[in-house]
Amino acid sequence: MLPPLCFTADFRVYHMLSSKLKYDLSASTFSPDGRVFQVEYAMKAVENSSTAIGIRCKDGVVFGVEKLVLSKLYEQGSNKRIFNVDRHVGMAVAGLLADARSLSEVAREEASNFRSNYGHNIPLKHLSERVAMYVHAYTLYSAVRPFGCSFILGSYDQDDGPQLYMVDPSGISYGYWGCAIGKAKQAAKTEIEKLQMKDMTCRELVKEVAKIIYIVHDEVKDKAFELELSWVGEVTNGKHELVPKDVREEAEKYAKDSLEEEDDSDEENM
Amino acid sequence: KSITTIIAVEFNGGVVLGSDSRVSAGETVVNRVMNKLSLLHDKIYCALSGSAADAQTIAEMVNYQLDVHSIEIGEDPQVRSAATLVKNISYKYKEELSAHLIVAGWDRRGGGQVFVTLNGLLSRQPFAVGGSGSSYVYGFVDAEYQKGMSKEDCQQFVVNTISLAMSRDGSSGGVAYLVTIDEKGAEEKCILGNELPTFYDQ
Repeated sequence: MLPPLCFTADFRVYHMLSSKLKYDLSASTFSPDGRVFQVEYAMKAVENSSTAIGIRCKDGVVFGVEKLVLSKLYEQGSNKRIFNVDRHVGMAVAGLLADARSLSEVAREEASNFRSNYGHNIPLKHLSERVAMYVHAYTLYSAVRPFGCSFILGSYDQDDGPQLYMVDPSGISYGYWGCAIGKAKQAAKTEIEKLQMKDMTCRELVKEVAKIIYIVHDEVKDKAFELELSWVGEVTNGKHELVPKDVREEAEKYAKDSLEEEDDSDEENM
Repeated sequence: KSITTIIAVEFNGGVVLGSDSRVSAGETVVNRVMNKLSLLHDKIYCALSGSAADAQTIAEMVNYQLDVHSIEIGEDPQVRSAATLVKNISYKYKEELSAHLIVAGWDRRGGGQVFVTLNGLLSRQPFAVGGSGSSYVYGFVDAEYQKGMSKEDCQQFVVNTISLAMSRDGSSGGVAYLVTIDEKGAEEKCILGNELPTFYDQ
């Protein structure tokens, strides 16, 4: 008699017994069908966190994070999920925040050592490869667990232009024009694909990023949220910083107005 | 100061490096045809002065580090990176070493660049001279250098400077080596003693 089948969250089918046969107890064990379950479970941890997106446009990169507010007692602006890694690099994270914080320190050290040895800003591709190598190292041994966070790195440089890379718990880094991580990443990706980001400037993109976060936010399951927005590009002279208050308010207003319009047009159809 | 005469000059689109060819041990000339312009990378060279052993070793170490670095970042290294690597070694071991390297080259971001790393400092300059022979030509280079010289003007300027220094400095002599680096690559040239320009009373 065949062992019972069960469906995973993304509709892959695996035999329920394969995880029960202890292939998932440590990162140093492969399953019979060639998977390292601990790494996949780490990626699940990222999917439980709220969404973060990063989009690269003509003259910069914009990050947006949906920061869920679990208590009215939280101080506004605390528990940031967007970090500065060097003057010119920003990092938006999703997943276990403590893991993400320690990785941001790793990234900062890499960038700082590079500057000390070679006298100039670290190229983003190189930084993301170095941090990805570090993340990957923690997927090789049973004595440690993989990092439970994904992060998006972005930078802007006069000669190389805007760059965007994403690193996930398996230790892979890919370059993107736009990417999303966290619970609503599929919905966010759909929205991102609708944009013509190669022709947009940062100022236009900031509003679209705010709109996407508002769209993918689930009003029913998660109540209040704080929108964290940051950018780096020609508009900031290559320095990564949180979006200024007036730009953020304009972006949030645009996002809220767009959502209302969509609600109105739905009613008209009925 | 130290034995030798070395010079490097920037022009729009590249650099020219020049050196003499004398290596002395006290009063004896042990090598009269030594090329003191050493390759750090395809389009980055350095000019060696001071203790020959110290200078050559620094150049070899930085050559190795740049080889690894350029593969890691997947593109040609910046001149600033090469100069920083030289500076880091020169500064860390400044009490033990006695060498001054002038680093010059071309990269796609900044064009031709000349960096001075004397005693462990790092400074970008439009042109730089070094070595014992340089003392005799500071006046000449200050008076003759002009911004916006062409490649050929720079080459002539370098040859003149080396020639003047060699004729006055006992620790410099032999032939003049020239390296011109631009977007297309590096071109090495050797100018023999009898082909060097002559000045007053030669």
